Amino acid sequence: MAGFNILKHRLVPEHVILSEEEKKKLLEKYNIDEKQLPKILVRDPVVKAIGAKPGDVIKIIRKNELVGEVVYYRLVVKE
Amino acid sequence: MNFEKLKEELPEKIAEKIKEVSRKYKLDENKKNKLVEKVKDIYEKSKYEPGEAIGVVTAQSISEPATQMTMRTYHVAGAAEIKVTLGLPRLIEIFDARRQPSTPMMKIHLKKDYNTREKAKEIANKIRELKVEDVVKSSVVDILNNQIEFFLDTELLEKYDVTPEEISKKIKEAFKINIRTSKSKITVKLREGEEIKELHKMKTKVLSLNIRGIKGIRQTIVRREGDEWVILTLGSNLKKILEVEGVDTTRTVSNDIHETARVLGIEAVRNLIIEEVTKTLEEQGLDVIPRHITLVADMMTVDGIVKPIGRYGVAGAKGSVLARANFEETIKHLTQAALAGEVDTLESSIENVMINQVVPMGTGVVELVFSPKKGKK
Repeated sequence: MAGFNILKHRLVPEHVILSEEEKKKLLEKYNIDEKQLPKILVRDPVVKAIGAKPGDVIKIIRKNELVGEVVYYRLVVKE
Repeated sequence: MNFEKLKEELPEKIAEKIKEVSRKYKLDENKKNKLVEKVKDIYEKSKYEPGEAIGVVTAQSISEPATQMTMRTYHVAGAAEIKVTLGLPRLIEIFDARRQPSTPMMKIHLKKDYNTREKAKEIANKIRELKVEDVVKSSVVDILNNQIEFFLDTELLEKYDVTPEEISKKIKEAFKINIRTSKSKITVKLREGEEIKELHKMKTKVLSLNIRGIKGIRQTIVRREGDEWVILTLGSNLKKILEVEGVDTTRTVSNDIHETARVLGIEAVRNLIIEEVTKTLEEQGLDVIPRHITLVADMMTVDGIVKPIGRYGVAGAKGSVLARANFEETIKHLTQAALAGEVDTLESSIENVMINQVVPMGTGVVELVFSPKKGKK
């Protein structure tokens, strides 16, 4: 996608791909299976832009006006 | 007092506020600790407790104010008349995640170098979609000569700054057919032996042909907002607009949920839903705590796709048969479950209400497990 960078758009929060180790730690912390995480599709434009693959967990850092930074996680899935 | 540590225990903004206040009133260590304790206490109390039925609370907290909304309200954006769907119809539209909002709109911000009235007008003119039908006064299908005649409105031609030659060139490129052009008339001639039906088809095709501009942008308005110029458009095409030179790609937004999902992704949609709902409620003078709206937006986007609230979306995807049957289309869900041999594990609230059991909510979520020690009586 030439011309503009969607990652800089006001509505798009910061997306970071977690490493295997971080992913394991996260699942352990909440005592859950990765399937229980919220999902994000592989064809999502942001996933394409940062180059994540199915099975990756993406850490999303949302900026909230009231409380500041809020961290959210999504699992990359095929359809 | 260590503020870095405080940030881990309390939300960032609250920790910053504490820091700010304690500096402003020059609090000593003792008072600071007291303040932190008090804030923590209030913060903990304001949090939902495990087992709280937040979905029900959210439903009521949004629905009750929504009943106060005026049924059909239109708001005129600026002096230049773009009618926007607002109020209850707009709220329903967002929660239903309609494919097409009834008034798709965009707000285009411009880059610094383009932020003058003239440049904004120029861009607005450039992106507005101009179709052949916009400059045609009338059109006639001539069956005898196997041709179609388009009579052009010369005043409109001047207004939109196009010549008949440009139009005929576009038509020629698009359909590769014979064209005669005069000052106020374009004649399209079809091949011999073409059916009358084809003539009529061709007429509609030519009329809806794009001469210039971006597809879908039907109207543009340049407006001053604060200290900058923005362009409001009726009709939305986020992807194409973001590629236009001079457009600020970081702030330009559309109110079309599905389009935003395609161009900016699911997280952007979540933010858009929150923004649009808050805006719609605020315009009606209603005040809903953000946490409820956030929950709805989260529910609509958990699976990575935009799901409507209702039969085909969130409510239709519930795990329990009885919960689905309770909502809408009772017979459909029961028969399908019977055919498929579905099992209801009775984990959620409504199915337990139906069979008169303790609802897993509040104190009901807690279950006691007792394992007696062997060998003792």
